[in-house]
Amino acid sequence: MELEKTISKKRSGPVLFSEYKLGEGIKKALEIGRENILFELRDSGLKGRGGAGFPTATKWMLSAASLSDQKFIVCNADEGEPGTFKDRVLLLEYPELVFEGMIIAGYTIGAKVGILYLRGEYEYMLKSLEDFLATLRKDNLLGENILGNSSFNFDINIRLGSGAYVCGEETALIESLEGYRGEPRNRPPYPVNTGYLGHPTVVNNVETLASVPHILLKGGQWFKKHGTDKSTGSKLFSVSGDCDKPGVYELPWGTSIAQLLEIVEAKNTKAVQVGGASGICLPKSQFNRILGYEDAATGGSIIVFNQSRNMLKVLKNFMEFFVEESCGQCTPCRIGNIKLLEAIEKIEQNEFTFMYLNNLKELGKTMQVASKCGLGQSSPNAFISILENFKEEIFGLNGKGNGNGKA
Amino acid sequence: MLVLEKNALSEEIEKLVHQFGKDRSALLQILQAIQRKHKFISDFAQQEVARMMDIHPVEVNSVVTFYAFLCTEPKGRNIVRLCQTISCDMAGKEKIKETVQRELGISFGQTTKDKRITLEFTNCLGMCDQGPAMLVNEKVYTKLAPEAAINILNEIK
Ligand SMILES: Cc1cc2nc3c(=O)[nH]c(=O)nc-3n(C[C@H](O)[C@H](O)[C@H](O)COP(=O)(O)O)c2cc1C
Ligand code: SF4
Ligand code: FES
Repeated sequence: MELEKTISKKRSGPVLFSEYKLGEGIKKALEIGRENILFELRDSGLKGRGGAGFPTATKWMLSAASLSDQKFIVCNADEGEPGTFKDRVLLLEYPELVFEGMIIAGYTIGAKVGILYLRGEYEYMLKSLEDFLATLRKDNLLGENILGNSSFNFDINIRLGSGAYVCGEETALIESLEGYRGEPRNRPPYPVNTGYLGHPTVVNNVETLASVPHILLKGGQWFKKHGTDKSTGSKLFSVSGDCDKPGVYELPWGTSIAQLLEIVEAKNTKAVQVGGASGICLPKSQFNRILGYEDAATGGSIIVFNQSRNMLKVLKNFMEFFVEESCGQCTPCRIGNIKLLEAIEKIEQNEFTFMYLNNLKELGKTMQVASKCGLGQSSPNAFISILENFKEEIFGLNGKGNGNGKA
Repeated sequence: MLVLEKNALSEEIEKLVHQFGKDRSALLQILQAIQRKHKFISDFAQQEVARMMDIHPVEVNSVVTFYAFLCTEPKGRNIVRLCQTISCDMAGKEKIKETVQRELGISFGQTTKDKRITLEFTNCLGMCDQGPAMLVNEKVYTKLAPEAAINILNEIK
């Protein structure tokens, strides 16, 4: 089945999937001015939706404050984390929110150029996105003198990736835009100071930017009413795997895993991978945990496994992913992921010792601190959490021996 | 490669450099355009890009070899990429793989004799709720059943 071309907005949700009229957000932004935009954003408590969770208002303030004749807004649409597809839905069904978020960001920090970095796998969207940009230009929401505001010029161009997960990391993304291999840089300096072509650059996730128009229209206080103290607002969750209703759901932060499983009609669930391949794998005993920056954090990927799944095979699939996608620039990640994959193969063949596995868990911990970017820092998460949380299944041990011969 | 073909390629690259600019930041776009048309970026093409952009050929080669969607060796006219990541795997990717291999008589990583199709694996395509998913060139196909996958492949030229 080819992707459905006709898109009707039959979704509903508290923020992103609520009613919206084209141009409303930009009008409101121009009406209230830069300082109030930053105030509302700060008040909303909005944090980055791309995984790292950095406060959006702070990022915008830092780049608004830096002095430079050129600044850039980059929308990170590299969406490559296994199990994540919410940005696809926003780009296809809610492009007005994404682009208006970029335009408002440009207005706020004083940038004239926005770049949408679209993963190569999403090239099929290019035409509809370009058409949408043309509509925005026609409506004077993009281009010169936006809505008659003679001091506000901003345009957006779209650049494609070419199949590299690591290019979702913001400094690798900038390298890629500059025409280099997508190898992450050391941070600091951060892109807000030294970004694209050395100029201050705000890199935000698609969903982060798409939240901004609604926050300006209804206020930071309103946004904060959803979610928890530390994780304000709502979140898009991309749910796949063993459930009757996979798809994208907009739910308040603070929803528990058990609640989510009920909504997506998952049955006989054994495990839930939260945060994609770089996230953690939770067993049933932890389904009462909540989704949020303070507990089970996620850029939105939720993968459900039922009782029939072999968790070692799941882990192997994740580690193969990291071995392929590591950029190879630093040793802990380049070699470490290969070692962890080898260990899984040894477990499969029953040719391991526990001492060896413990050493590898230590290696995993070293990777978490010594790798240069988030890829190598988080790739051991699955290895450590699956071997720990599913050891009975994987090693056939109950792990509860108490030394007196009784179970 | 014939001299005529070489000249045509040089001319084409010159046009691309003119269109996207000589700045380094245009490099990936230029390479993508060559890849899209020729399905690979030959040594000669890499040298020409380097010459026209005033950078070392090794620089161009290092970029081409970094990205999974760019390649230095010829491939088929159509590139079919089946998602191998976990959600598609659970949704039946193995069945699709076996059926497609049997039907085309080649394995993943190979190209059919008539150069019609190259089969590859790729990582998550962002279609995990509708797996198994597959890209045919830039088009995405989802919820594949074995027979449907074959019908799609039979239709491409
Ligand atoms: C390996 C790796 C891949 C990443 N991929 C993405 C991605 O596809 N999309 C994204 O928005 N952020 C991704 N990030 C996070 C970005 O580096 C960055 O934090 C984010 O784009 C900032 O936007 P936000 O503050 O709006 O979340 C990735 C990080 C790492 C380490
Ligand atoms: S951690 Fe991995 S992906 Fe990141 S810079 Fe090092 S080798 Fe590259
Ligand atoms: S796992 Fe195949 S599209 Fe995401």
